[in-house]
Formats: sequence, C-alpha cells, structure tokens
Amino acid sequence: MHNYLDPYRDAGLLRQWAEKLRNYRGKPLKLMEVCGTHTMAIARYGIRTLLPDTIRLVSGPGCPVCVTPSYYINNAVRLARRPGVIVATFGDLMRIPADEGSLLEAKAQGADVRVLYSPLDALKIARDNPERQVVLLSVGFETTTPVAALTVVKADEEKMDNFTVLSANKTMPEVLKLLAADPTVGIDGYLYPGHVSAIIGTRFYEELAEKYGVPGVVAGFEPLDILAALAALAEICDSGRPAARNLYTRVVKAEGNPVASRTMEQVFEPADAVWRGIGMIPGSGLAIREAYARFDAWKVFDLETDHDAEPEGCRCGEILKGTKAPTDCPLFGIRCVPENPVGACMVSSEGTCAAYYKYGGVR
Amino acid sequence: MCLAVPGRVTEIKGKTAVVEIMGALREASLELLEDVQIGDYVILHAGCAIEKLDEAEALKTIELFKELKDIYHA
Amino acid sequence: MTERITLAHGSGGKLTRQLIERIFYPHFANEILQTGDDAAQITVSGGTLAYTTDSFVITPLFFKGGDIGKLAVCGTVNDLATSGARPLALSCGFILEEGLDIGRLERIVASMAETARNCGVRIVTGDTKVVPKGAADQIFINTSGIGIIPEGCQISASRARPGDAVIITGTLGDHGAAILLEREELNITAEIASDCAPLHHLVSRVLAEVRDIHVLRDPTRGGLASTLNEIAEQSGTGILIWEKEIPVRPEVRGICEMLGMDPLYLANEGKMVMILPEESAGKAVELLRRDPLGKDARIIGRVLREPARKVLLETVAGTKRIVDMPAGDPLPRIC
Repeated sequence: MHNYLDPYRDAGLLRQWAEKLRNYRGKPLKLMEVCGTHTMAIARYGIRTLLPDTIRLVSGPGCPVCVTPSYYINNAVRLARRPGVIVATFGDLMRIPADEGSLLEAKAQGADVRVLYSPLDALKIARDNPERQVVLLSVGFETTTPVAALTVVKADEEKMDNFTVLSANKTMPEVLKLLAADPTVGIDGYLYPGHVSAIIGTRFYEELAEKYGVPGVVAGFEPLDILAALAALAEICDSGRPAARNLYTRVVKAEGNPVASRTMEQVFEPADAVWRGIGMIPGSGLAIREAYARFDAWKVFDLETDHDAEPEGCRCGEILKGTKAPTDCPLFGIRCVPENPVGACMVSSEGTCAAYYKYGGVR
Repeated sequence: MCLAVPGRVTEIKGKTAVVEIMGALREASLELLEDVQIGDYVILHAGCAIEKLDEAEALKTIELFKELKDIYHA
Repeated sequence: MTERITLAHGSGGKLTRQLIERIFYPHFANEILQTGDDAAQITVSGGTLAYTTDSFVITPLFFKGGDIGKLAVCGTVNDLATSGARPLALSCGFILEEGLDIGRLERIVASMAETARNCGVRIVTGDTKVVPKGAADQIFINTSGIGIIPEGCQISASRARPGDAVIITGTLGDHGAAILLEREELNITAEIASDCAPLHHLVSRVLAEVRDIHVLRDPTRGGLASTLNEIAEQSGTGILIWEKEIPVRPEVRGICEMLGMDPLYLANEGKMVMILPEESAGKAVELLRRDPLGKDARIIGRVLREPARKVLLETVAGTKRIVDMPAGDPLPRIC
C-alpha cells in the first residue's frame, strides 16, 4: 500500500457501510466517542446523518483544549505579556477565551506568542533566543504527551536553562472509568481513540468491558474506519456480550508503543487534575517529576491556580459528559458563536459545539 | 487530540527522519520508535513518528471492510 | 463586536464582514459600495468603468512564486477582471517603514513593473509615505485600478441563479500553502509556489465566446469557502459543491492533512470562481483549459434555491454538510 488514506475514503465502500448502519435493527444505543479528532472527522463527513434514529452518538471529554481549565489560559496570557518571555503553543489554544483575552488577542497587543506544529520546535526557539525564557504550552492526552516528554528529555540533555513546559496534560483511563460507571451518563459503548490507543495499547479497554460491562471499538480516523467501527460497536452492544475490539490494527498493537510510554513515564507522573466542566478527577492528570522540576513552568514561575466558575448559562460541562447536546445550551449559536465564543467547546477546533456549528449537519 | 498523518520515511539522519506526505516533507523525530528503515511508513504526530504502519494489517483491514459482514466476530 | 482590532478582522472571514457591515457601510453609505462586488461599476458617458482598490501587507515580502509587488498588481487586475473589465490603469501608494533597505524596495518595484507590462496595464499615479520604525511592517502597498467593462457585460456576485454551474479555474490552496511554508517555524518543505497570476486574459478568452457569465470572483484570503459564502449571501441562493470534484495538488493536501487545515480556507491568488448557466459550463471549461492558467478548470458545484445563503458540501461519504465562513485565519492544529 502506498496511500494509507484514500482506500479508507472509498465512496463505494462508504455507501455500503452507511447502508449497513441504516439497517441496524437492535436496541436503542447511546455511544460515546472520546477523541476530539474523531469529533471533527465525524462532523466533517456528516457521519451522524448516516446513523439510524436508534443510535445516538455523543461526544465525550476527548478534546484536551476543551477540558483545560480557564486559569491555564489566564496564566499563559500573563506569561506571554511578561517582557523576556516567548510563549510557544499549538494553534488550537490561540483562540480560547479567558479573563484577560485570548492568546491571539495578546499577540495582537504585542506579546511574543509563536504557533508551532511540534513541541520539539520550541527547543529551537530556546536555542536561538538564549537570553529569553521560552514556555511551551503543553496540553494533550497520551498521543501528544510522549512528544512533550521527549522535549523535556532533550532540554535536559542539552542543559538548557531558558526552557520550561506549562503542562495541562491528562490521561484517558480515569475519565473513561468515571463515565462508564455513571448511570446518569448511560453509555452503552465507546468509540476508542486510535492514536491514544497506539501509545497505551488496548488492554485497558478489555478491562472496561469485563469489569464495567462497557464494550468499545478502537477506530482509525478515516470515514470508513469510523463507519465500520460504529457498526461493529452497535453489534457488540446489542449482543449483550461486552467486548473490546481493535479495528485500527494497522497502527494499534495490543501492547501499544512501549518506547513512547516509557518516555512519558520518565518525565511525567500521575497527578490529580481539574477537567473544565467536570471537576477534579483524581490521578487523571500528569505533572512533571521532581527530577525535571527546573523545566516545570508551574514551579519556575509564580502562577495562580484558582478554579473559576463557568460563565452563566454555559453548558460545556454537561456537553463534555455527553449528557447534553450543543443545541441544548441556551447560548449556542446565539451568544456563543465561533467568532465570539463563551466556552472552550465552541472555540476549540475540535470542540463539540464548534464542530456542530461549523458543519451544520444537513440531512 | 489525535491529529496524525501517514507518511513515508525517505531519509534517516541519526535519530531524525525526513517523512514524505504526498510530496510535502517534514523532519520527524524517531526517538519514540525502534528499528525504523527507509521506505517504512510511519504515523506522524506533532513532529514525531509515534508508530509504524503495518502494511499487512492495512491490507487485511481493507479486505475486512470490503467483506461487509459482521466484523464483530473478526 | 470585540473592542479592539485583532488579526482575525483582516482574515477575510466573519469578522472582516462585521467591520464592513457595522462600520464602513453605515458611514460610507452608497449603493455602489454596498453592492459588495470586488470592483465598483460606474457608468460614465460612453460606457461603464470598473474601479477597485486593495492593500497588500503580506509577509514575507518575497516567497516562492512571487512577491508583494507582483501580488499587488495581479490582485488589482483580478479584482477588475471579476466585473469582466479590461484593466486600464493602476495607482500605487507605498507606506514604507523607516529603515527599509532600498534594494528590497527596488526589487519589489521592478517586479511590479514587469507584472504590469505582462498584463498590458500601466501604473499611472502614485504616492509614498514613510512612517517611523515599528509603525509598519517593512512595506505596505495600496493600489487602485480602473478598467472598462465591455458593452452588455453584467457580472456581479448577486447574479448567481438556481441551476447555474459553479466552476473553479484550477487547484485550490497553492498560495496559502506556499506562504505557510515560508514560515520556518513549521519546518515543512514542498515544491509548492504561489499561484499568483493575472487572470484578465483568461477571463476575456471565455467572455469572447460565452456571453452569459453571471458571477466572477477570485477566492483570495479566506479561500473558496469565504468567496462562495459571500456569493450565496449576495445572490440570496444556496451553493452546493462536491468534495470529490475539488482540485487540490497532492503536496497541498499533504500539508493540510499534517496541519489539520482545510484547502477550502486557504488563499488563492491566481484562480477564479465562475458561475454561469449550466448549458454554457462545458464550453467555458473547455475554453479555460486551453490556457495554462486554466488547465485544471472544472465544474465543482451547482447553485441551489435552498438552503438560501448557505454553502453545502457533499462529502465523499455521500452526506451533506455546511461550509461555514471562517472565523479567522487558518491555524495549524494538533487535535
């Protein structure tokens, strides 16, 4: 195979799998996807419009930007405004609204904020600007965290003294367990994130199926991957025999990527973390270990970690747990729109509300 | 959080590879993988190769999708 | 509306529109301006003039496939071309930052002169100002252009009609991708050059044999998505485009897949959207393809009656979804 994308976008096969899903005759199901990239792909390809009325697909808290508390952006903006500081960030964080404005607004006012594609490029900025402090804004789950960890390892090897990481990295297992065990959320099955799974493997999903009775299917990100995985998931849920299946075997191995996991564990340790809209989930976050404390921006800079209330009317929390849809939020499309977002679900490129708004979903 | 793209390794310089995605080239770290060769396909995320693509599995998956039967039993 | 100007106000999407509708239109109010076309059409005794203005603030100043000077001339000529006009003359105002190297200025001016010669147009009037260091980013160029619209030609973004075919003259996103590559913080290389080119000859080639073109517009900043939304809005119609017909070069596609961007939102500086009755579309595409600048021309969609003022995309999965106006410039993403 030379093109690993187009075969999974084949129009004929897509039509066949759409037909198969439409012909689902089993019991009503509530399925949850837990990856922002899945949220985007599902919206981009209009996949919800292919589901029968008996299958409801909700988006869970798999958008790392959406679940980052607003005090994180507040701190990032304050750091960016300090003379002598360069803030390096993924594009995804630029438009998130916070008390003192977004990073994009701070940049317009003169702050040195640089958009990167790779955290490793932040090291180059630090090398090229030895007299300035470079702070890498690090959000993400287990797909991105090993790359952030690698950045710290290399900064350590090069004995850098002007590079720190402001981490809001989180892990998936605790929140998956929390939601699986919550009867008010009522999930029948999970669509598992293909690239997080590439790192952590699939054994945890088998545990969720066995111990919590919640089945799941690991899916890739092309439309055929998602359609086939949803169809398979629906069958498993309807069968009453919970199981975990991997349909992204071209990338995901049962044991995951041990080198990436080791790198992650070398730099980060589990910590309690606040998920915006959900609250504190013990052991669901990652903090930089003591051995690398000089690269931990939380320790190097004097920063506040006050947990703010959500703006009045904002339903991001319930939307992130899948208990409400964007259209249930009183602000959606009226006060909260992509060019003037109230909550992170709208502005994050793969936030549930942004995807709903941007792609419309026309039947 | 998973935005990543398959690409072909065209050059390896120490722990860094040049990965080609439909003609666009990007340097990627190989430090999260072992045993990558020129010609391998990798998944590129945030400037890092995070996994190798298994061609045999990719072809098997397409065959599975073509068969359209209950892949629950696979 | 936000209180301060942000970069998003200049990106050609929703916030730019807000500025136009809430500040410029109310104050400058007149029906020529508020038609919203890229060139104003002014009747003078003996014919109709097309009149347009544009400003160029791009960095980097020099990029693969062009420079800010070439862009300024092509951009203005193309705006005139959207009304079917033959370009007559350009004006050019420079705002120069104190400290700008004169050699760079001369390179840009030489490029403008060469482009103008190739277009058969002259720069007939100009102005220069210098501002203190830091008050401008090296060089800002403002141009205006006048042209003559041929008798009987009635091209406007408000003239799309249900049933019309939507044509694009070539591949999307080349300019936007080329500029992205110049940003070395992304560290991507590819054989992509800006498609910056003057299109009035291409347009007149079609106009000579196809009389009833309804809309012409060049999808610059904000990409095809913005342009189609503007046309849908001005015409009060819907537009449907087919994902599988949209021409994108593999390298541009590769860059977009890597960065999570959508070619529909990337800028183009050498492409035209053409909307015309379906029965003339085949001929128009054939004429376009005879020109190197139109070699990848194809029909990519259709104008609908409903949903009015919305742009839809039919995906490769056979589903339909909205193509929204962008909120700001595209940004690379990780999620």
